[in-house]
Amino acid sequence: MLEARNITVSLGGRRVLDGIDLVARPGRITAIVGPNGSGKTTLLRALTADVPHSGTVSLNGRDTATARPWELAAIRAVLPQASALAFPFTVIEVVRMGLRSGTSGGREDIAAAALARVGLAEHAHRFFQELSGGEQQRAQLARVLAQVWHPRAHGAPCWLFLDEPVSSLDIGHQIEVMSIARDYAAAGGGVVAVMHDLNLTALFAEKIAVLSEGRMLAFGSPSEVMTDAVLSHAYGCRLRVNTRPDKGVPFLLPHAAAGAGSIPEAAE
Amino acid sequence: MAVMDFAGGSAPAAPRDRLHGARRMHLVLGLVLAAASLASLGVGATDVSLWDVAGKLLRAEPLSQLERVVLVDIRLPRLAMGIAVGGALAVSGAVMQGLFRNPLADPGLVGVGAGAGLGAITMIVLGAMLPAAIIDSVGNHLVPLGAFFGGWGSTLVLYRVSTRHGRTSVATMLLAGIALGALAGAVSGILVYMADDQQLRDLTFWGLGSLAGASWAKVAAALPLIAAALAASLFMGRGLNGLALGEATAAHIGIPVQRLKSAAILAVAGATGAAVAVSGGIGFIGIVVPHLLRLGTGPDHRALLPNAALLGATLLILADIVSRTIIAPAELPIGIVTAVMGAPVFLWILLRRRGLVDL
Repeated sequence: MLEARNITVSLGGRRVLDGIDLVARPGRITAIVGPNGSGKTTLLRALTADVPHSGTVSLNGRDTATARPWELAAIRAVLPQASALAFPFTVIEVVRMGLRSGTSGGREDIAAAALARVGLAEHAHRFFQELSGGEQQRAQLARVLAQVWHPRAHGAPCWLFLDEPVSSLDIGHQIEVMSIARDYAAAGGGVVAVMHDLNLTALFAEKIAVLSEGRMLAFGSPSEVMTDAVLSHAYGCRLRVNTRPDKGVPFLLPHAAAGAGSIPEAAE
Repeated sequence: MAVMDFAGGSAPAAPRDRLHGARRMHLVLGLVLAAASLASLGVGATDVSLWDVAGKLLRAEPLSQLERVVLVDIRLPRLAMGIAVGGALAVSGAVMQGLFRNPLADPGLVGVGAGAGLGAITMIVLGAMLPAAIIDSVGNHLVPLGAFFGGWGSTLVLYRVSTRHGRTSVATMLLAGIALGALAGAVSGILVYMADDQQLRDLTFWGLGSLAGASWAKVAAALPLIAAALAASLFMGRGLNGLALGEATAAHIGIPVQRLKSAAILAVAGATGAAVAVSGGIGFIGIVVPHLLRLGTGPDHRALLPNAALLGATLLILADIVSRTIIAPAELPIGIVTAVMGAPVFLWILLRRRGLVDL
């Protein structure tokens, strides 16, 4: 279980996150959504111990502030939003970098399997820098998957932390990548993802945390938090949520907001 | 459901597993180094036949006075120093490039060499002012240690100035290197002004960038630092590979990033400092050797670092052979030879693989 208590982050004198509590359980996808600058990525960085923060984060009962890098690497992998790579490594070499630690310790066939899982098997020996942006993102996902290939290891769940995993993908690959995350959760692993696309989030996430101006505006299942009131307040424009009658999955079209313009206080 | 929108493109040289190929290269480069070493022992201003010497050694006959002086007192320490310095320069270049995640980082280009030089000059000129206890305890390691601390200080300053939030700006790094180099040069100039005649002689020989002054004492002074730095670099391969993904991601895959960075900076300072202290500023080995190896066998630091030590040693020995035969019995400073050999290779690399080098 991932447990974050009272997370506060200040960057350059500005309070970016203010007293966030978040609990994510294995076996499901927990999504973090919110408008630009609401602190989504900062929250993910706090959860992965990348920014100094007050409050505590524990992963599988271990305090991330005191855990060693290799101990954390064994139970969780992190997909950054943008990834730069120095030096001309090939795609499979990048994926193998994920193998060094974690439950997958050194098993080369896992690298190939992870690459096949994201649909890049035939690009294994191309240079990473030659891939398109979306392919690079999927190659990095393969590296992340290779690091914690088994969703459960030694009786404990492993975790994927994904920062906008589908941001530069076409719709087919968006669904493919979200399916990978869902399969990982279904097999007992935990997934925490920062998401931009509310419809994909509603389709795939079991729990959604809505951030606004560094605070947790709402936390719950898609049907609980994806309401006109919450989303209109969070995004500062009038949004109308609809529901697919057969499954009860909320969805959202930008038409209402586009017609009405920006009205920040609408939903209150 | 892979998308084949990028058909073709240049495939890596060895598509299957470059790491295995790079590891096999250890043996090849080791043999080439052995051959270059023999050539280095056999070639010089004085005619000494290695063949005769080998025969005498086998028959347990005594060597002539000339043979002993030329081989044991002149060529052998020079060879040992060439191997140590060449390996040190190439490995410091590779480690620094890995640390800065940039193929242009080279101790000679970004002011670390100048900082080490300042440390060495300070010890040559002002070393006598140190308390006698210190001088007695470090002995002839004084100049290498001065160079080590000079190189260490400038690497630390360089890293602090050019790295923000885990990202290193190349432009800042090069500009900071220019500033550091200028500062070190100015302070060195003041020290040269203060130096007496004997010290000026030392400084001049030292500043030429040459293996000419090689002696067993210098080998003994430089070798511990260089050996320690090269040995430490053998444990950095995986970490430097991870750093290529950025500091945050390196930490995510389990690398103790802070410890790695400190170790890398110390290794660069130690190897560069000791090399600069005994041989002056010899350029281009640190930037050309890792480049050639990355193009040939891939960027994996686990194989790159040992290969860099072997190829760097080989190239410096070959350059030394050229430097002492081309205008024999006089000698060309080796820095000129490495620049003449290295600069065109470097330009050729930039032209040929611009897209991959310019990262």
